[in-house]
Amino acid sequence: MWKTILRRILIMIPEIIILSILVFLLAKAMPGDPFTGSINPKADPAQLHHLMKINGLYDPWYQQYWNWVVHLFHGNLGNSYQYQEPVTRLIGGRAINTLWLALFTTILTYCIALPMGMYAAKHEGKLPDSIIRVYTYVTFCIPFFVILVIGVWIFGFVLGWFPTTGSISSTATPGIQSVGSRIYHILLPGILGALFGTVNVVQYLRSEVIDAKRSDYVRTARSKGVPEKDIYKHHIFRNSLLPIAAFAGYSITGLLNGSLFTETVFSYPGMGLLFINSISYRDYTVITALVLIYGILNLLGTLLSDIILSIVDPRIRIQ
Amino acid sequence: MESTSEFLNIKDVSTAFKINGKYYDAISHINLEVHHDEILAIVGESGCGKSTLATTIMGLHDPAETKISGEVDFEGTNLLTLNEAGYNKFRGAKIGMIFQDPLSALNPLKRIEDQISEVMDYHTNFTAEQKHDRVLELLDQVGIVNPKRTAHQFPHELSGGMRQRVIIAIAIACKPDLIIADEPTTALDVTIQAQILDVLREIQKENHAGIILITHDLGVVAETADRVAVMYAGQIVEQGSAEQIFNTPKHPYTRSLLRSMPQLENQNDDLYVIQGNVPSLQRMPHEGDRFAPRIPWVPESAHEKDPVMHVIETGHEVRCTCYKEFKFPDEAEDVKA
Amino acid sequence: MSLIEIKDLKVHYPIRSGFWNRVTDSVKAVDGISFNIEAGETYGLVGESGSGKSTTGKSVVGLEKVTSGSIMYKGKDITKKSNRNHLDYNHDVQMIFQDSLSSLNPRKRIEDIIAEPLRNFEHLSKDDEKLRVLQLLDIVGLDADALYKYPHQFSGGQRQRIGVARAVATNPKLIIADEPVSALDLSVQAQVLNFMKKIQREFGISYLFISHDLGVVRHMCNNIAIMNRGRLVEIGTRDDIYNHPLHIYTKRLLAAIPETNVSQRKAHREARLAVEQVYREQQDKYYDEHGDAYPLVQVSPTHAVALPEALAQQIVQEGEVKA
Repeated sequence: MWKTILRRILIMIPEIIILSILVFLLAKAMPGDPFTGSINPKADPAQLHHLMKINGLYDPWYQQYWNWVVHLFHGNLGNSYQYQEPVTRLIGGRAINTLWLALFTTILTYCIALPMGMYAAKHEGKLPDSIIRVYTYVTFCIPFFVILVIGVWIFGFVLGWFPTTGSISSTATPGIQSVGSRIYHILLPGILGALFGTVNVVQYLRSEVIDAKRSDYVRTARSKGVPEKDIYKHHIFRNSLLPIAAFAGYSITGLLNGSLFTETVFSYPGMGLLFINSISYRDYTVITALVLIYGILNLLGTLLSDIILSIVDPRIRIQ
Repeated sequence: MESTSEFLNIKDVSTAFKINGKYYDAISHINLEVHHDEILAIVGESGCGKSTLATTIMGLHDPAETKISGEVDFEGTNLLTLNEAGYNKFRGAKIGMIFQDPLSALNPLKRIEDQISEVMDYHTNFTAEQKHDRVLELLDQVGIVNPKRTAHQFPHELSGGMRQRVIIAIAIACKPDLIIADEPTTALDVTIQAQILDVLREIQKENHAGIILITHDLGVVAETADRVAVMYAGQIVEQGSAEQIFNTPKHPYTRSLLRSMPQLENQNDDLYVIQGNVPSLQRMPHEGDRFAPRIPWVPESAHEKDPVMHVIETGHEVRCTCYKEFKFPDEAEDVKA
Repeated sequence: MSLIEIKDLKVHYPIRSGFWNRVTDSVKAVDGISFNIEAGETYGLVGESGSGKSTTGKSVVGLEKVTSGSIMYKGKDITKKSNRNHLDYNHDVQMIFQDSLSSLNPRKRIEDIIAEPLRNFEHLSKDDEKLRVLQLLDIVGLDADALYKYPHQFSGGQRQRIGVARAVATNPKLIIADEPVSALDLSVQAQVLNFMKKIQREFGISYLFISHDLGVVRHMCNNIAIMNRGRLVEIGTRDDIYNHPLHIYTKRLLAAIPETNVSQRKAHREARLAVEQVYREQQDKYYDEHGDAYPLVQVSPTHAVALPEALAQQIVQEGEVKA
């Protein structure tokens, strides 16, 4: 199995190279440049020209790309044009914020979704099931950013229960208070993200459990004289949770996509917000670095899912 | 062969399924006995209700969707009056069931050993070690060559024949008095089928069990059964010893089935085809002979209004009187085919 | 000349392993088989699951990538795609599958399902096409109102007949029938088998009838090949195979057919167990050192068996003495 994982990672290398070239070219193809908007509009075009030149923006793309790769191997992703600080440091700080939010959202998602999905499936066709299904359909139909905006408006502005911007209160002193403030800031985006994230998991789990309920092996268990509650425990839930576990790897992708919306609406200083800002300011170095990171995380997520699946399901063995 | 030790007595059992809010009989007024040391075959085509009869005895129907009447008297207990906990004392312990599709009937994520010892978890107070020994003993008994290895494997690692042996091992783990085998060999090759039927016969001899063998395969019946009940459209239409059913079949349906089988004698002719189709649950006729529409050349007067079973000789019973006049179209001179 | 001549057909699937995923071994699904199908006959190909009989069938229709060997049709080797296109081979050779529900598109109406091969090959006008579909439905004994129904609205037997109707739509020369009745009830099976025979009489179609059911094969086939682990162990006429089987594997298959004569039950069972014992104990006599079947040797103009020459003659003589 280790061989296979190693081989899969080796295969990822050409994928990442192609991805990085594409990302680099796409960023270059965007109209505009990083300077026109940020310096004095009355500035001399010659000065702008000079800025472009010393930053190597007039070189042929492959040379720019090559420079970028060489720097990359020195752990240097370049400087952000907008923030004038190294991209690595810039993203490093944001990544931690995104990680906390993502972790909290994921845990909350599964804490809500698993009991909900199982309960709905166990009482299939009865009232609780109908309520849960209506909930999932409604949530599914509303676009995510609408949920966020409504959430912010109700719980942030009208009720004022939660902060609506930032990742930490500016007045928080280091120590317990700062940790508390951080948690307080991710509560609302986390809960809203989880509400949206549960939909897929609930639907998926519900149909898995219902399939398992009607499966022949459950009928075999009944004919063995196994009590119904043990059938649920040993056969139905166990078997329907395994695909969900494997699904967790892929959910990284979903969370990153979600972070674009959540962080923008909450002005939460994570990678998503950074990404959106960098696009509007044509901050090439940051965009390429972020897209590359997202791409690698996606590839790793897929690999992770395959590995989990091969561990939990004896029918699948990576060879 | 005919023993008096009947221990399962099915009396007037009907099972109806709810379809779009209405109940329709899948089996109606079934009367059957099963004795120790015998194999009773229930034979019929798909839709005749033979599997419903099995799942009714096992209590595997959702009470919200089914209506069951009659009495299933098992060693003095009417199973149909039991609640789930009560039923679970019988299922797996005194009644074992073998299912048709050996791949889907096993939990894909559990090792064979765990699936077999699960029965013993609920019906014995064996220690872990005793259970382990019993699992190996059972696997050996059903003809698995390397029990230790198989016990540790998962279902997908076994061949179809081996999986079916595992299913049988589960069914007989607690030495049940009654084994219900629902199409146990349908998914298997002929050579494996023969071996599985041998295993069933040996187990029956060893445990003095009674076996209900449900199948659509007349060949399997002729090879294994002591007694045979032929079902059509939810009713038993003929019942007797294997010799009676195969050597002197009476009911038009039994005779039609035997005639539609490819055999040495008819290898160059067209096979006999029963006209029409088996009626669906919703369209099941409730008056008259249910088989009458499929032998339209037999005059209505030959059928009974409400067909009942008639005893022909000891042990041999036939539904309806039409068997007396029944002839196939090519046998009768006065009927235009 | 035979309609189809299969010569030394091999279908091997590669097994990949190791770090670089290189081909290290192969599964020999079909390993060098040869037989001919004559025009207008039903040729039976019998074997247990995993014997390679379905792979052989798929190779003949062109659904399987052939490793080596040839399948000659009208003097050309149709294992090459260019020859198949050139000969309109897929027009002349059709297939009937075992699982009629999954082989018919659930979202298409019967009219479209049956007309599909016509639309691919015949390019009829709308009215002619409809007329043709109605004729086909009539041949397989279904009413005109079947036209607008979907596959799930039919019973298993009716669906299998629809599969037959689709297969005969283009007036093919050969139909590959892969276990066409093994999922059906006895009386429905009788219906489908009768239809297949009737269509053969009317249109002179040949069948390659693939089945594990020796009872059905005896009823349908003039010539029969017995397949075991990718190779043929015995070929011959119906009489050769059923009355004078030579290979232990053929004998074993025949012995496993259930006996419908109840009074013969015990004798039949003992005979079967005796054959099983020989099969178990004398593997090295009937198979070569790799456990594969030997090459076929001819013992009569119609009958060949996969045994060393001397052993084959010896078994033939023993058979004659007994008779």
